[in-house]
Amino acid sequence: MLSLQQLSKQYKNSELALDNVSFDVPSGQVIGLIGPSGAGKSTLIRCINRLIEPTHGAIYLDDVELTQLSTSKLRKQRRRIGMIFQEYALVERLSVMENVLSGTLGYVSFWQSFFRKFPEPLLQKAFGYLERVGLLEHANKRADQLSGGQKQRVGIARALAQEPSLLLIDEPTASLDPKTSRQIMRLIKEICKERNLPAIINIHDVVLAQTYVDRIIGLKAGKIVFDGSPSALNASVLTTIYGKEEWNTTPACEEEVSIAPVPNFQTKLELAI
Amino acid sequence: MAHLETSAKKVWQQRMTFKRWMGWFSWLFILSFFMLCWQAMTQNTLWVFVLDAPTQAADLIDRMFPPRWSYITALLKPLWDTLNIATLGTLFGIILAFPIAFLAAHNTTPSRFFVRPIALFIIVASRSINSLIWALLLVAIFGPGLFAGIIAIALRSVGFVAKLLYEAIEEVDKTPIKALTSTGASAVQVMDYAIIPQILPTFIGVSLFRWDINIRESTILGLVGAGGIGLELQASLSVLAWPQVILIVLLIFITVILSEAFSAKIRNAII
Amino acid sequence: MVSSPMWRWTLLVLFLLYLGVAFSSIDLNFPRMLDGLTRGWRFVDGFLNPNFTSRWSDIQTGIIESLTMSVTATLVGILFSIPIGMGAASNISTKPFYFLCRFFITISRSMQEIIVAIFLVALFGFGAFAGFLTLTFATIGFLGKLLAEEIENIDKAPLEALKATGASWLQMIHYSIVPQITPRVVGLWLYRFDINFRESAVIGIVGAGGIGATLNTAIERYEYDSAGAILLMIIFIVFLCEYTSGYVRKWLI
Repeated sequence: MLSLQQLSKQYKNSELALDNVSFDVPSGQVIGLIGPSGAGKSTLIRCINRLIEPTHGAIYLDDVELTQLSTSKLRKQRRRIGMIFQEYALVERLSVMENVLSGTLGYVSFWQSFFRKFPEPLLQKAFGYLERVGLLEHANKRADQLSGGQKQRVGIARALAQEPSLLLIDEPTASLDPKTSRQIMRLIKEICKERNLPAIINIHDVVLAQTYVDRIIGLKAGKIVFDGSPSALNASVLTTIYGKEEWNTTPACEEEVSIAPVPNFQTKLELAI
Repeated sequence: MAHLETSAKKVWQQRMTFKRWMGWFSWLFILSFFMLCWQAMTQNTLWVFVLDAPTQAADLIDRMFPPRWSYITALLKPLWDTLNIATLGTLFGIILAFPIAFLAAHNTTPSRFFVRPIALFIIVASRSINSLIWALLLVAIFGPGLFAGIIAIALRSVGFVAKLLYEAIEEVDKTPIKALTSTGASAVQVMDYAIIPQILPTFIGVSLFRWDINIRESTILGLVGAGGIGLELQASLSVLAWPQVILIVLLIFITVILSEAFSAKIRNAII
Repeated sequence: MVSSPMWRWTLLVLFLLYLGVAFSSIDLNFPRMLDGLTRGWRFVDGFLNPNFTSRWSDIQTGIIESLTMSVTATLVGILFSIPIGMGAASNISTKPFYFLCRFFITISRSMQEIIVAIFLVALFGFGAFAGFLTLTFATIGFLGKLLAEEIENIDKAPLEALKATGASWLQMIHYSIVPQITPRVVGLWLYRFDINFRESAVIGIVGAGGIGATLNTAIERYEYDSAGAILLMIIFIVFLCEYTSGYVRKWLI
């Protein structure tokens, strides 16, 4: 059970990114967080595990208040919060299994992880999660050899390897084709039901959200403007969230494609000396 | 959770055993190779001198400070010479590098089997030999002075500029070349309109960067008689005038930092 | 480029003016240069007909000293450049440590190897040890800067993902940064060996060991055939290193 109380975030020299956001997420509930780009969706889920520091407010995960924790205690709590990313955020040059095991890093010492001496129970669990997402036979492949959908499955397995009490999911389908998107959303939903996990999913695709989540929260300019069941999401609500548009057609999802690393000209020069 | 318990126990190894052994073996190899080289390198080292170094350092610092500030008036002309060596050397270097780059790039070379290897050898030779060695040779040939320094810098710069330039030529986008060729343009026209505009930013960036390196390199050419502030350094060192030496080193340091900032600024403005 | 035509012309005129002044500062001694041309021809001749035999034992000692200096300085330099480079990467470092490392890198990179060698020879005496220290110092600055740049240019997503799992700082670096940068950084290490070898041929001129001293003697005695032999060996070894490191880089990716 997660509870956000009057959460606000103010970036330097800009408007409030989050304005007094409060809601509870009971166990097993999957929440779809929708809203236009820049509404604060990404900020909101990153404030929960404090990848971004919130300015005001409180966050309770079960009985632990997260915003006041010291660095070492925060690390212990972060282990309980699994996160899944839009561009998968895998380490491409490591194997699938290593990527899954990187989810357990909070539970092992540096030297154990350095020599890849993970405790046997963790290894068996990691294999279990890989089997659950259907990638067991790919365990020893390098992550960059997988397709987009497969990479996202590895991302899910990594989050599960943390033994989480909460899942934060940031645009899980924005880089995937429609069919794979549905498969991934179905998998996330099933896993949350199996394990009675609460989850918050940032999502652009309203139709996809309506199909797979239990509850939808609409965010606009950092404020909650809608909180209800997917079926209550009609054209007038969408207009409040996104502004005026012909809602009978499927909303196009705009992708925030991350910029590929540009070969550094300066380095190139240095190498020719 | 049912899935987890039913799955049979699996063994995970991050690498195959052979590769693991190779890993350990290469660490061992590097370590013993290092020891071997260390042994060979230090066999003539007099450890008395090495152990004495802290005392020597304290002594040296004592002699260097305070720097002889009044000496700076004698350094301005040599500093100006140094700037000229770097600038003119770079200029000659890029003038020579331009045709060599076109001869070395496989898409513009007139002959892949004859001209290209020669051009590549010139590039490797120029890059392998430090400008100080060029200066050493040229001073022996032409006598001491700025001219030897300028040619030394030019000869060293040719390889650097030509290498980066021919790589840029090989990477040019071929569509405009095809488009121009199909309009009936001559080879020279194709080069002028389709290739040069594409490589010009690289060319300017590389030249400015080389100029900046050349400032650094030309400060010491005087040690072998090729003009500039290095001549003063050599003169001060030979009479062990450490307060002058430290002033020269400080001046060189400031010049290098300023030229680096200047060249980076222009490069960012242009590219 | 420069926008207004007037500025462009002014700059061009200024530059040409500078060139005129700069050219006039070269005092050319034509008789001396004509005299030199015959010697220049003798050098070209020596380069084309190199003499490896008459000074072979000197050349051999010098080359071995240069190679061992380069190997040890590269390895020790790599060892020290890792913490310095990590400290100088703004995305994983902390403020005071960042400035300290950047300061060290700036000093190391702005000081010519020759100047460093002059001081170190004064402190540690003539020979390869001073040369080793010089090359190590330069290597730390060079590799530290490039390592910092590699770390700053990584894909940030895996780093964020590992932070979110509750991994410690060292674990984050080992699992998300190391795999991303390893192939390129090993390439840089090999490349620095190359540079160290080339530099080792120069610092001998001021007494810091290596093939430079042999070369200096050969040129001073006008033994251009021996000098040509030494230069050809340097070119050959540099070429070999470049070829090998290119091969290793391909194999690593």
